[in-house]
Amino acid sequence: MNVRAALAAPLPALSLLAVELGAVVASLIGFAIFLAFEGASPGRVFVDMVDGAFGSWFSVQNSLSRAAPLMLTALCTAVPARLGMIIIGNEAALLMGGLGAATCSMVLPPTAAPWLALTLMLSAGALAGACWIAISGLLRQQRGVHETISSLLLFYIGLSLFLHCVEGPLRDPASLNKPGTPPLPEAHMLSGIGGSDVHYGIVFGLIACAICYVLLEHTSFGFSVRVTGGNLKAARLMGLPVTQLCLLVCALGGAAAGVAGAIEVAAIHGSANRALYAGLGFSGVLVAFVARQHPLAIIPVAVLLGGIQASGGVLQRRHGLPDAAVEVFKGILFISVLAAETYVLPAMTWAERKRQALATPTPPPAAEELLLPAAPEPGDIVEGVP
Amino acid sequence: MNEALGLWGIPLAMLGGMIRASTPYLFVSLGETLTERSGRVNLGLEGTLLLGAVSAYGVAFHSGSPWLGVLAAFGCGLGFGAVHAILCARPRVNHIAVGIALMLFGTGLAFYLGKPLVQPQAPNLPALGLGDWSDLPAVREALRVNPLFLVGVALAPALAWALRTTRLGLILRLTGESEDAALALGYSVQRVRLFATMLGGGLSGIGGAFLSLYYPGIWSEGLSSGQGLIAVSLVIFARWNPNHCLYASLIYGAAGSLGSALQSAGVAVSHHLLAATPAALTLLIMFITCSPDRPAQGAPRELSLGT
Repeated sequence: MNVRAALAAPLPALSLLAVELGAVVASLIGFAIFLAFEGASPGRVFVDMVDGAFGSWFSVQNSLSRAAPLMLTALCTAVPARLGMIIIGNEAALLMGGLGAATCSMVLPPTAAPWLALTLMLSAGALAGACWIAISGLLRQQRGVHETISSLLLFYIGLSLFLHCVEGPLRDPASLNKPGTPPLPEAHMLSGIGGSDVHYGIVFGLIACAICYVLLEHTSFGFSVRVTGGNLKAARLMGLPVTQLCLLVCALGGAAAGVAGAIEVAAIHGSANRALYAGLGFSGVLVAFVARQHPLAIIPVAVLLGGIQASGGVLQRRHGLPDAAVEVFKGILFISVLAAETYVLPAMTWAERKRQALATPTPPPAAEELLLPAAPEPGDIVEGVP
Repeated sequence: MNEALGLWGIPLAMLGGMIRASTPYLFVSLGETLTERSGRVNLGLEGTLLLGAVSAYGVAFHSGSPWLGVLAAFGCGLGFGAVHAILCARPRVNHIAVGIALMLFGTGLAFYLGKPLVQPQAPNLPALGLGDWSDLPAVREALRVNPLFLVGVALAPALAWALRTTRLGLILRLTGESEDAALALGYSVQRVRLFATMLGGGLSGIGGAFLSLYYPGIWSEGLSSGQGLIAVSLVIFARWNPNHCLYASLIYGAAGSLGSALQSAGVAVSHHLLAATPAALTLLIMFITCSPDRPAQGAPRELSLGT
């Protein structure tokens, strides 16, 4: 198992770019073949997809609005990944965040100052998401439960809890055909930037990605996280507080996804209801992997994926393709990204790779012990530590 | 209908529900047991399950034969398992991530292919009326058993026997316990895992066929409530033993059918919360049985999940 290869980014920038481009090209070819099977013309579909995603001011606004939550949910996978954990329960953190924000809005008086109400709502969302993902971290540290599985199980539990709350105890009796919490007062809604349809969520997304980048790459906290992700035993030998770090990165990621849920409620849906469960969390997992878990790379990837999502409507209207066609494309893209490194790198010339290998330090050895703490691998960096 | 039985209707309905709801768990967990015993984790079985369900439904609808649908689901599962195995055989590829990717891809593909299948009704698999001797309709209803369930029940000890005593079973376990030993004896680790993952996918596909062709017997996008994934963690609970998979699946089936049993007896509970019972049970069991200090008992050594 080469976990590290997928989690950290040990490759130099140029090869990375080649890998990513290779993956995108491969997924476009794969999707084109799929479309050809379905009797659609791939060329025209692609042209229309670009048009639907970024062709007009309206579609750009649509794409950006869709990109905002993806940036935040992607952080839920990307931040814990730097510690070597694969968290994929982002969807549940988003739902919990939305539930937290809606509940907070119900408690607050409608006359509360908008900035205060929104701050409290977003904080409640962040707290709810953070707690939810931190459970996975706690289970892993205390009981050795694999975090990928526990986070997915927690997704099913969280989804049930969310639906139970918004269609049960917290349900607005007036919401008949679309059960949900009471609609947010106007003062609690997040408005568009400068009168456009792009809401302030995108600002939160950008700021969150930037904060996570600085935190992970330029602080001693981030260094500790990366050391732990690179080699758990070395981190323990150095006396790093591994459990606290683990809980912190989970909470940080969960908070980001929770804010995404709060923003979706406050800017789009206006109440917590079933519509919040729209796969934004799972798309965030995809964004994080395509961005190779790098907080800054998440931004362009999220915009790209937001565009792909936005073009789904065009596919439906102009080509009669079901909206799930976008899901198929995303799946192909995900698989291509995972496979790209192993196919693209050998294709690059030997000399090129050698030059890059000289220019950058060799990556630390694989971090198998993260998933299998009991079995040390021979050749680990720890073997050299007295 | 349960008035004659009173509260006895609850355990009876649970028995029937257990038999119905446990079958997908049984097939997916048996498949995943094979895959994991060869030293690999396939998290994509949730996607395989849905793809199996939709292919079975589509083939059954167009051909008129539900058994052809089961066969198609098996074939689809084999293919999806092969994709997983081929991707994972490459260097620098992360099994877990490939599993997640295939889960999302399989789900997306199943939803895409299933769009035209939401309305039409495909022929369902026949049920065997094992309770026809009884006069009570509730008993008869509870003992209507699908042949696939019986196949699964027979498959569990058969697989356990095959893993324990046959040459192929030994090779499979060998690659799971030590890649080096398998290589030294001249076996191709990747080829063994390819077959194990394909077979695991195929069995999961049958589990999906059961969902769409028998219970609930329709195709809808909310067909699976995580059975594929829950079955993967069930394998850890079952300690990689096919016989234990059978018992664990029955427990999960009972837990999953608790809600409908209570409802049929007139006890009002939130169906949303009851839908989370299997996932919550899994998490609880993992919380109790996992330990950070020692690898799980019976775990294949090359496996990096159940620790």
